Amino acid sequence: MTEQTPPPPTTGCRTAPVLKQRGQREVFCGLTGIIWLHRKIQDAFFLVVGSRTCAHLLQSAAGVMIFAEPRFGTAILEESDLAGLNDAHAELDRTVEQLLARRPDIRQLFLVGSCPSEVIKLDLSRAAERLTQQFAPKVRVLEYSGSGIETTFTQGEDACLAAMVPVLPSSDTRELLVVGALPDVVEDQMLGLLADLGVGPVRVLPAHRIDDEVGIGPNTVFALTQPFLGETHAALERRGARHIAAPFPFGEEGTTAWLAAIAAAFDVPEETFTRVTEAPRRRARAAIAQAAAPLRNKSVFFFPDSQLEVPLARFLTRECAMSAVEVGMPYIHDAIHGPDLDLLPQGPQISEGQDVDLQLDRCRAARPDLTVCGLGLANPLEAEGLSTKWAIELVFTPVHFYEQAGDLASLFARPLRRKAILSPRVEAAE
Amino acid sequence: MKLTVWTYEGPPHVGAMRVATGMKGLHYVLHAPQGDTYADLLFTMIERRDHRPPVTYTTFQARDLGSDTAGLFKKACQDAYDRFRPEAIIVGASCTAELIQDDPGGLAETMGLPIPVIPLELPSYQRKENFGADETFFQIVRHLARPMERTARVSCNLLGPTALGFRHRDDVAEITNLLYELGIEVNVTAPMGATPSDIARMGQAHFNVLLYPETGEQAARYCERTFGQPYTKVVPIGTGATHDFIAEVRALSGSDAPLDTNRLRQTWWSASVDSTYLTGKRVFIFGDGSHVLTAARIARDEMGFEVAGMGCYNREFARPVRALARAYGLEALITDDYLEVERTVEALQPEMILGTQMERHIGKRLGIPCAVISAPVHVQDFPARYSPQMGFEGANVIFDTWVHPLVMGLEEHLLHMFREDFEFNDAAGPSHHGGHAPAVRLHPEPASAAAQAHMDHADREQPVAGGEVIWLDRAERELKKIPFFVRGKARRNTESYAAERGLREISLDTLYEAKAHFAR
Repeated sequence: MTEQTPPPPTTGCRTAPVLKQRGQREVFCGLTGIIWLHRKIQDAFFLVVGSRTCAHLLQSAAGVMIFAEPRFGTAILEESDLAGLNDAHAELDRTVEQLLARRPDIRQLFLVGSCPSEVIKLDLSRAAERLTQQFAPKVRVLEYSGSGIETTFTQGEDACLAAMVPVLPSSDTRELLVVGALPDVVEDQMLGLLADLGVGPVRVLPAHRIDDEVGIGPNTVFALTQPFLGETHAALERRGARHIAAPFPFGEEGTTAWLAAIAAAFDVPEETFTRVTEAPRRRARAAIAQAAAPLRNKSVFFFPDSQLEVPLARFLTRECAMSAVEVGMPYIHDAIHGPDLDLLPQGPQISEGQDVDLQLDRCRAARPDLTVCGLGLANPLEAEGLSTKWAIELVFTPVHFYEQAGDLASLFARPLRRKAILSPRVEAAE
Repeated sequence: MKLTVWTYEGPPHVGAMRVATGMKGLHYVLHAPQGDTYADLLFTMIERRDHRPPVTYTTFQARDLGSDTAGLFKKACQDAYDRFRPEAIIVGASCTAELIQDDPGGLAETMGLPIPVIPLELPSYQRKENFGADETFFQIVRHLARPMERTARVSCNLLGPTALGFRHRDDVAEITNLLYELGIEVNVTAPMGATPSDIARMGQAHFNVLLYPETGEQAARYCERTFGQPYTKVVPIGTGATHDFIAEVRALSGSDAPLDTNRLRQTWWSASVDSTYLTGKRVFIFGDGSHVLTAARIARDEMGFEVAGMGCYNREFARPVRALARAYGLEALITDDYLEVERTVEALQPEMILGTQMERHIGKRLGIPCAVISAPVHVQDFPARYSPQMGFEGANVIFDTWVHPLVMGLEEHLLHMFREDFEFNDAAGPSHHGGHAPAVRLHPEPASAAAQAHMDHADREQPVAGGEVIWLDRAERELKKIPFFVRGKARRNTESYAAERGLREISLDTLYEAKAHFAR
């Protein structure tokens, strides 16, 4: 490692005791993944089979009408649909026909299960098979669950990608598959780095269009760019693909470790690796050093939200010199989060799941300098004098890889800088 | 099943949350899966509330379904009582919990909590947000309000304002001041700002002012029946309606205190010479029933617009909206289908939309300016400044709000004259308002040949009516020389002129004959 990054801790947090409490949770459900997936997969439409609440959630989560014609919608269940399931299937067929007539450009249709459709046991996999037969070869119909009784926030992307894995064609080619939806600019940077390392061929999941999809098989190796892809990880392994375990590519250290694990799997010579990564590493370290100045020696508290908490806590503690008070995750998956937990120095309380009232009590008692939480808690905590960072921005903003490392640090620094700008003047006015 | 892209109203339990969050000392225990907690951010982010909504969710998960979700509900209810010590609790289920039939009301009643427990029956698969708010407020009043002796001085209650309401915060302040000037005290404002004990003393008032029929009408009717409190029927939005409201209040209260109307600028602003450009502008009005009814009157009688169409999304108000539309010589559009509203606006080609945030969006796509008059709310509908819709100040605010998106007096003529100016031309839109560039592409990403064909059609600025009348090249080019804010009207008039005469083609002559025909 470099001079700037501390050596790995002798004992990380992988074996630290995990606090598990269950009670009220303050998280989005997996349906919200649609908000970014429908932009990422450009010939797909996401049809939630659910209630008015689901439609309202998507609208609210999309910031109330960002897009003129989103490629998602809701088939709202009505009282008549709840009476008999045969009815509901006929209704669904009718709705899908209506939708595909309106949007002839759609090539992939995802039927997305919701809490009500699961409670009434509406069989969407049967519906997807039936509709695929009806609309093949033009449209492929898949289904997954984004329901709040099954999934939280980013787990929706996991469920979506996992649903795509079984229908990918078979292939024996040795290829690297990079898994996880990234902003296009970040994806291009990543592909550039891998190309410079001589790693290839490289494919991405999700692909922009159905025609860009590639085969998968025992010679496929895959790396995850997002720490919430547990189901997809399992589905790929079932197809015989092999996972390259690594810390996630956040910050200079995470990106280097992630690339190094892939380089090792593809026998990239040491000097090539150094030559390719040297300049961007230097840039990333400089950018972090500048952006993270307000974060030094400050404490941070993570509410569980996006599953990015462990890798981000690793980044903030090791590269931005913060101390973590609590790192809450919706759920922990050892094979995926282990490498980051290994690097996270012991100290913070690791918690899984949530009882939000009890967690708020701990947060208030600790009075952290920065609290990372969802939108439902941010303003109330600000009103109590705590500085907060909306977790949602970490999902929607380009934060991966070297060139974004400084931006990532500044996302966390901004609430503190803002407070520093505002409070003296407010106090002076009082 | 109903295909929905955007929706005007949330589910009924969100209506109940609007009531609970508006009140103080009340807690809502909601049987709901974990995803339903998204509703908190409506209040903390859109409305910028500084505290969490007083709602405890049971947040059950799939693995709980086979076991004791009823036990989970009782524990959540007990925990909520122990932690928050509310004066009263309302209990209910969201759409998913409704399906598992745990009966939260019955369960909570058996727990022996030492405070009133009010069960809510909000059928999620039949009803929507406004119903949820109206019904919840009614149940709270029915359970808590008691008959009482009237206050010594004439007083009234203000009914209907909730959390997440469209300008409710400022409307309440404006109307409270207006009533104060008339010598009338406000006994209780509810649900917004009221505690359960405030609700208990609602019976003290001499009459009720129903500010928002959408969310307070059942309670107002109940109070009339039970406590003999009459309630006001006029919603005081607009100058005329405010005067009518004052007359109604005077009749109910006997007040003859004089009112100072010096602050009312709208009437002179409307009459001033710069406003001539407003004359006969065709507007389409869509929103919740009450705001549409009041907006139609303002548009025609106080701004001098022509109401080209109107409608509402809440079917509960279909009857009065239909009746008023008929009086305006129109047929009302009653629908909660965003796509249907869009088709109507596209066909009507109004010069301005008075709508909700949805219509603002439709307007953006079609290049039609839009002012927002009604919920559903957006973070923009909670401005830092004082910005009521009701009363005289509300009339002033509405004048500004509606005029702002339009190209204004002199500018309209300058645009005509300097059409070729490279930075001041019709394609650039109103110079003071960079916001609406005309005619945005409908589908930003082409995918297939079919989609491309679809887009080519959609990309035309306005569709040819019925697809039968063809614009000849010279006429089409001449049409493009007409400034964008009247182009839609010119196209529409010319097409209807041609259609009436059985013409299949529109030539340059047809365009000018139609112009002469429609000249005013």
